[in-house]
Amino acid sequence: MLCVSDLHLGKSDRIARRSGVMLPPYEVQETLDRLASDIAATDPRQVICLGDSFDDLAAADSLGDDMRLRLTSLQAGRKWVWIEGNHDPGPVDLGGTHLAQLQVGALTFRHIATSATAEVSGHYHPKHRLAGRSRPAFVVDATRIIMPAYGAYTGGLDCMSPVIRQLVGPRALAILTGHKALAVPLA
Amino acid sequence: MPAATRHLPAIFHDWFAARGWSVHPHQQAMLDRAGDPALLLIAPTGGGKTLAGFLPSLAELADGTHQGLHTLYVSPLKALAADIKRNLRTPVDDMALPIRIEDRTGDTSYTQKRRQRADPPHILLTTPESLALLVSYEDAPRMFAGLQRVIVDEIHALAESKRGDQLMLALSRLQTLAPGLRRVGLSATVEDPPAIARMLARHPDPCPILLADPGPAPDIAMLQTDAPPPWAGGGATYAIPAVLEAVKQHKTTLIFHNTRAQAEIFFHNLWLANTDDLPIGIHHGSLAREQRERVESAMVAGQLRAIVCTGSLDLGIDWGDVDLVIQVGAPKNVKRLVQRIGRANHRYNAPSKALLVPANRFEVVECVAALEAVQAHDLDGDPKGAGPRDVLCQHILITACAGPFHADDLFAEVRSVGAYAGLTRADFDACLDFCATGGYALRAYDRWKRLLQTTDSKWRLRDPRAALRIRMNIGTIQDTDTLKVRMKGNFKPLGEVEESFAATLTQGDTFLIGGQIVRYEGLREMTVEVSRDATKTPKIATFMGTKFANSTQLSQRILRMFAQDDWPGLPAHTAEWLGLQRRYSKLPEADRILVESFPHEGRQHICVYGFAGRNAMQTLGMLLTQRMEELGLHPLGFVATDYATLIWGLEAVTDPAPLFRAPDLRAGFETWLSGNAVMKRTFRGAATIAGLIERNLPHARKSGRQATFSSDILYDTLAKYDPDHLMLQITREEALRGLVDFGRIEEMLQRTAGRVDHVVLDRVTPLALPLFLEQGRIALAGAGRERLMEDEAAALMAKIGMPAD
Repeated sequence: MLCVSDLHLGKSDRIARRSGVMLPPYEVQETLDRLASDIAATDPRQVICLGDSFDDLAAADSLGDDMRLRLTSLQAGRKWVWIEGNHDPGPVDLGGTHLAQLQVGALTFRHIATSATAEVSGHYHPKHRLAGRSRPAFVVDATRIIMPAYGAYTGGLDCMSPVIRQLVGPRALAILTGHKALAVPLA
Repeated sequence: MPAATRHLPAIFHDWFAARGWSVHPHQQAMLDRAGDPALLLIAPTGGGKTLAGFLPSLAELADGTHQGLHTLYVSPLKALAADIKRNLRTPVDDMALPIRIEDRTGDTSYTQKRRQRADPPHILLTTPESLALLVSYEDAPRMFAGLQRVIVDEIHALAESKRGDQLMLALSRLQTLAPGLRRVGLSATVEDPPAIARMLARHPDPCPILLADPGPAPDIAMLQTDAPPPWAGGGATYAIPAVLEAVKQHKTTLIFHNTRAQAEIFFHNLWLANTDDLPIGIHHGSLAREQRERVESAMVAGQLRAIVCTGSLDLGIDWGDVDLVIQVGAPKNVKRLVQRIGRANHRYNAPSKALLVPANRFEVVECVAALEAVQAHDLDGDPKGAGPRDVLCQHILITACAGPFHADDLFAEVRSVGAYAGLTRADFDACLDFCATGGYALRAYDRWKRLLQTTDSKWRLRDPRAALRIRMNIGTIQDTDTLKVRMKGNFKPLGEVEESFAATLTQGDTFLIGGQIVRYEGLREMTVEVSRDATKTPKIATFMGTKFANSTQLSQRILRMFAQDDWPGLPAHTAEWLGLQRRYSKLPEADRILVESFPHEGRQHICVYGFAGRNAMQTLGMLLTQRMEELGLHPLGFVATDYATLIWGLEAVTDPAPLFRAPDLRAGFETWLSGNAVMKRTFRGAATIAGLIERNLPHARKSGRQATFSSDILYDTLAKYDPDHLMLQITREEALRGLVDFGRIEEMLQRTAGRVDHVVLDRVTPLALPLFLEQGRIALAGAGRERLMEDEAAALMAKIGMPAD
């Protein structure tokens, strides 16, 4: 199984529509390039997109044909689940199953963390700073995982912020992404 | 032009007479030529320059017949606008002239601003940014219809930055709205007045230059101290007793420094030695506004004997009775030195008094070279390039906010700006396309274009609501990302530090801010929290990494000094030092590169004397070590100053000449540049000005942090998918021109034309010695960062008793 969170596909489209600012419109391509290479490396039977896969529902609709085709070919031969997020609260016109949350064995996959245990969530885009560099990071404690954002155009919230700290227990770790995954205590 | 202008109304003569003044010749000349479409006045500080600019306006307005806006005054500083308003009130009130004067800056209230647009004053004092905003309003044509004169004060300061380009683009709009508009520029002494004149005038109008009497030559000398300056460093601590003595002997002293960090350190040491408790303040751009204002008002009230300051005090605000200017550290640029010296003694016809304090032995040479340059009136400056296209993009958006426009009209208007006179239609169209569609190779925004062309072929905003966001982001000043610093448990900010500096701090680190040593406690909601710390020396002294580089002209002058047989003009200790260098090695020459090789402490060193200025020598260090790496010479690190780069490594360099082959250096530069932080920083600046990145958002949400992402991501994405995009073109152009000073490496390569002298020695040479003490050594390690992170992660995991993997 491969789980990714917060792809925010179509972010540049939404920003242009809302504000007139036209960011480089290559983020869908970049995000799907990454996803394609991770799928090729892991060949998962199931892919879970943990919410905020699209920057909003209109952005999902405005996805170009080439990008739709790209997604369809990634979905071919495997189970694909779109979990709803606050940015994409309804179904989208693309293959795969749409769910509010997903139970796999003891684990619950949902977009926003709750007080429940055995939970995998996203939403907060955690980042952590080490030796002067900040990188997207997994926040992990005994009962939950909060996943970093996967999309190309995503910022982050520092793991040390109270918002994230109050969600996790005292022995929580931040695991920085990058060339080599690096775990540090979140204290 | 009303006849009143040429002959001042009698009331003016009475006013001058009552104060025992007479009209200065340059003030009369300004009146005589008041009808000229453009006029540039160059006058020293304190020469009644501003009044000279305003006299024609006051004379024209004296009869009370003009309705609406008559004169627009633009200055680079808000504080200057407020200052001028106060000073202008005196003659207007004394003579009871029927003239309304108001200022308009970022600090003006909302209601006041609205009223000004509906019912503008006769004279409006403003800044380039506030003017750009005015130009963006739909009612701009009505507001500016009767405008007669525009006065651009301290135009030399604006000429050095994009703010000047933005201002001149705004004036090109005003000229269309008010065709009779006459332009006046007021400038301090500059090296190339015709360049400023070309910037000011509507292209291709002529712009006569009036030169005021420069007044008596400044009384300027090098500070004599008992102790000789140290070999390296920028603190000038050795000079503290002599500086305090000089402060005691004068009424008010300004003590200028080249960097904020140096000012902080010097101020700290000055206080430690200030046993008489002389009232001394500090003023620089990183300090909180309240703190700066407190120092400013104490200064005006004459309560301070000295102010330790940086360029934040450079512009022409009247700070009261300054009778001595001290420049600590070599003045890397003669023009800036002359302008700083002008801060002393505002009485016309009294010489300004200044002292130079070299911080180290090499700066003695630099100070003497600067003194000679001042005496020879040999000012420096680099020619400014063509008008920047990011500013043009912003101007196109501003124009669209005001209403629909024809591309042909706007193009013609833009070409009437001196800096954009050579703009091609293709370049203009590319900027327009960027504003309209984003200008991407992938045409993704057909539905959401920012600008649309209507059936009458005029361009307009697709969504008029976008005007609000464009207006919120007007301006070309790049605030580096800074964080406020405050005492823990206290709300009042102490000042600001760069985000990159804050990122290097760990709890317990101490640093200097506002003259006190503080201890880093942590980061809380984008504020750096600190506590008081009683230690005497801060652990980390520097923030604000940028240092001025020596100007080309000053470097040339130093090289000419080196060519002398002896140095009667230098203090004995410095002349002896140069003599030793000549005996053991060579003194560097202007038309050759000198390379010294010597072993030291088990490492092979080469010292390259290129005299290209600090930034270029730093870039050269990067490029040479890259070449050495390829040649298997295992360089380990380097350090650069204004005149030399010292490289250390494992293998000796036997033949340095091939390292300086221009094509190889250029190719290396291309590779190095594309992944460089300088490019990303430059990109952020250009993209922000051009409207691709918004600095300010309406109703910015506090929790919206995860919604924003780093501009580095945009840079990387563009570089990967759209490498020829306009923003990347602009970024390359500017990175090459400014920050990394590659142009000065080219200049060095041209002047030396492959002539490399290699001197092999068995020990450190006198001239290389200071480089060993220089701060800012750069260690070379590609995998170093990753390694550092791994080590730190392992250490942190070990602390809680867990394995790292």
